[in-house]
Amino acid sequence: MSVATIAGHEVQIDEEGFMTVYDEWDEEVGTALAGQIGIEMTEAHWKVIRFLRSDFAEQGQTATIRRVATVGGVPTKELFTLFPKKPAKKMAYVAGLPKPAGCV
Amino acid sequence: MTTTEEATTVIPDFGDDDEERKICFICSKGNLDMAYPALIMANGALSEGVEVDIFFTFWGMDMINKGTWEKLQFSMLGNTAMHMPGSTKHIPQGLGGLPGMTAFATHMLKKQIADLEVPEVPEFMQMLHDMGARFWACKMSVDMMGLTKDDMFDGVEDIINVNEFIELSNGSQVIFI
Repeated sequence: MSVATIAGHEVQIDEEGFMTVYDEWDEEVGTALAGQIGIEMTEAHWKVIRFLRSDFAEQGQTATIRRVATVGGVPTKELFTLFPKKPAKKMAYVAGLPKPAGCV
Repeated sequence: MTTTEEATTVIPDFGDDDEERKICFICSKGNLDMAYPALIMANGALSEGVEVDIFFTFWGMDMINKGTWEKLQFSMLGNTAMHMPGSTKHIPQGLGGLPGMTAFATHMLKKQIADLEVPEVPEFMQMLHDMGARFWACKMSVDMMGLTKDDMFDGVEDIINVNEFIELSNGSQVIFI
């Protein structure tokens, strides 16, 4: 566990670089995290990230790709376009959440 | 203190520059409990950015045949790992042969899978297709069973023979189920 400065905010991160404190995140931080992995945020990205944030607040765990598609209403194909190759992990990273624990 | 820690900012390695990895699954079984392993592993692989091909052969054809893919069943027969619910006590094999037992076991397994929010086979196949998986049907099985491409899920790319499968799986990790 260490502290990083993202967009001028001091945030706790784990050894891989994922944020560990839900309330340390804001959209400015999200934009900076996305930039670090080569993603430029658009409204379509924010729809996914806002769903992940609110779903985590309710469920206590990070939504999987399937949950973002079925409950969040963003089609699977689109998730692979917005967050290429590894959407589950990349979405979680930008949203300041842990990697999803579920298998499906 | 903060200045040294600021320098440690870690960005996760999402492997974007890694060499392309490919996995081929061969689905040869049509039992409900034998359909899921490939689907779940393929889902995991795709979400890790791995290229996935699935080759359906023999009884695995039931997973892509639109007449059967919703009706896959689970039998207790031949499965010595069946336990009484919440116990390590084995269920006697003879019980699995009683009328209605396969329907009951199938119902129970489907419920347990649905409770985990894991989709049924047709929806799962569509999801994998959307994620970029490619599906192939085995020529010999198709001929044996008298099927055509019209009988199959639209996401099936083609009917191919074993030589073509060996060719397309070149360089892949192959998992036979």
